[in-house]
Amino acid sequence: MPGLLDRRLLFVTGKGGVGKSTVTAALALLAAERGKRVLLVEVDAKGNLTNLFEHPAVGFEPREVHPGVFAMQLDTEASLREYLKLNLRIPVVGRIGPIANVFDFVANAAPGVKEILIVGKVCWEVRESVEGRAPWDLVIVDAAATGHVLAQLDAPRTIRDLVQTGPIRNQTEWMLDILSDPALTALNVVTAPEEMPVNETIELVERAATGSTVPLGAVVVNRVLPEPFTTADEVVFEALAAEPVRSTLEASVGPGVDGVFDAARLAVAMRRSRVVHLDHLRRAVDLPLLLVPYLFVRDHGLRVTRMVAEALAAELGE
Amino acid sequence: MPATSLEALLASREVLVFCGSGGVGKTSTAAATALAAAVHLGGRVLVLTIDPAKRLADALGLEGFGNDARRVPDDVLRRAGLTPRGELWAAMLDTKASWDDLVQRHAPDPATAERILSNRLYDNLTSRFVQSHDYIAMERLYDLHATGAYDLIVVDTPPSRNALDFLDAPQRMADFFGGRLLRWLTVPYRIGGGRGARLVNFASKPFYQVADRILGTQFLQDIAEFFLNFESMYDGFVTRARAVEHLMHDPRTAFTVVTTLEGAPWREAEFFVRELRERRFHLGALVLNRVLPDAFRDPAVAAAADRFVDDADALAAVVAASDPSAASADPAAVARVLRTLGASYRNFAVVATREAELRNRLARAPDVVVTVPTFAEDVHDLGGLAQIGTYLLGGVDPTTR
Repeated sequence: MPGLLDRRLLFVTGKGGVGKSTVTAALALLAAERGKRVLLVEVDAKGNLTNLFEHPAVGFEPREVHPGVFAMQLDTEASLREYLKLNLRIPVVGRIGPIANVFDFVANAAPGVKEILIVGKVCWEVRESVEGRAPWDLVIVDAAATGHVLAQLDAPRTIRDLVQTGPIRNQTEWMLDILSDPALTALNVVTAPEEMPVNETIELVERAATGSTVPLGAVVVNRVLPEPFTTADEVVFEALAAEPVRSTLEASVGPGVDGVFDAARLAVAMRRSRVVHLDHLRRAVDLPLLLVPYLFVRDHGLRVTRMVAEALAAELGE
Repeated sequence: MPATSLEALLASREVLVFCGSGGVGKTSTAAATALAAAVHLGGRVLVLTIDPAKRLADALGLEGFGNDARRVPDDVLRRAGLTPRGELWAAMLDTKASWDDLVQRHAPDPATAERILSNRLYDNLTSRFVQSHDYIAMERLYDLHATGAYDLIVVDTPPSRNALDFLDAPQRMADFFGGRLLRWLTVPYRIGGGRGARLVNFASKPFYQVADRILGTQFLQDIAEFFLNFESMYDGFVTRARAVEHLMHDPRTAFTVVTTLEGAPWREAEFFVRELRERRFHLGALVLNRVLPDAFRDPAVAAAADRFVDDADALAAVVAASDPSAASADPAAVARVLRTLGASYRNFAVVATREAELRNRLARAPDVVVTVPTFAEDVHDLGGLAQIGTYLLGGVDPTTR
């Protein structure tokens, strides 16, 4: 099996709030720094993925947001326009407003149609690049959240099963070939060592392993708190925080010592409670786990994206 | 009169809607609020949760109970050290069961209901249809409120891309079923086979062209048949959507925005606050969740942490001289631990500073802003919820009051 970054299509999912976009951006940055030309696709568009490269928002046309990283935002109307042009030979001039409204209606009502346009565009970019017509070495998709990602990625199969004949069905086979090939494609899950994210990850991995066309890649565990002390040092810490040493320190340093001890206790307790969930994940999921440390930073930008990329590089060790 | 504390808000409202972006602790905050209301204020309090963590669901006695509201038994509360003045009830949203109920209720006759329920598109539509969850959550809330059985209903909202989508869901659902597009789609089948297609007006032509070329005739027909049956429930939907809308704007309903002091959730919270105001919903409170303790911004503590890092060796020598006990006798180990302590504090202080900056940025805060500190452990039992409740109600310990 090729290494994660040596595939051609990586989907990244995760529960809200775990840092899915940051990890997606970091994977793109890492691949680009390893000499790859990366297409970074934002699907569930909040339009803030490019912030992580300190670049303004982008549209449907890919823009280079960092050397080697080209970002685009997938929206259904633009995908539809391209699809009609490429596949159905329907020329679409100018805005397709009314048609898009109509289509939006059908796409909302008919299962899998909206999703297949999204996944179809992604697969199309991969096929074009594999066959040398598009410049990407790797396509990375900031995909839907854990609860919806399989519906999104399995849209081609849903359509194939639901629709007996018709043009849209005919498009599903080549997409399925790309999506189901473990040498090309991997679905990766970002999580955090907390109860809900870990449970959702385990559940998703089980569902994906048994019922999805898309092969699983790695689980990225974000925000892993450091273990402040070794066991031996913890004994020392307890001695420092207890009398008589506490008073000795307070006499030398001032009244803030208790605050520092309390802070350390909170850090230790937070780490301990999260380790339980990390262990649970480790036992339940038979996939490579990539650990990214909790970053004590003010806000997110290129510097933080790079820190996460470095952590991922160390974990991937390639 | 605006409520000036969360307690006053709980005492004066019938519905409290919790919104916020994913992962900020919305579900546990909502549950803690309901528990606090049941314990301190009395009455029958219901928490309607959407997707609780398993241990939290277990704590509320929600395991495997589907759509029915269950009372959390008094002895369970007592075992957690709580003496409730009222009753705590909990319900979970079962989207599938709720949709089935809805179809049974709104369909004109049992045969139509059966045709809808057995349609192969139905499952897909109800589980994946835009805002299907949002809509059904509002439906359930309305239903539970209409029973009049509860003095207060605290409701969690479903995770969605835009956490305020649920407010529009009833209207959108009504628009959807009343819309011209649905009429166009179903006209040929309404009148019977292909002959009816001639009656389709000119404006719908591109629709058929595109829809047919994308979806294929057969699929289009399947969809149309399904909606034709579904449309028979239109009047029920519209009536209900108006009633839900009315309840959301009623002075008896208030909204609470939950957020952590992190960039992305905070920006979303600012958006919610603005949007709720603009749309004239009653914003009751803002809950700042998982905030680091004040010690991380205390200058005296910061000074001590700096000394631990800067003067570790000198301090270790003082400690070793004053206390000959084995644990602190090794100056090298003591210096190492002091540096670690100072560095760990500084790490968290960076985060605490960011939190304070964000908090100061809130231009027009609601009347009630409550801070809940970060806890070492995930909250997953009634004791933990009661602890959150202590902060929500402003420092009153629920086990002693």
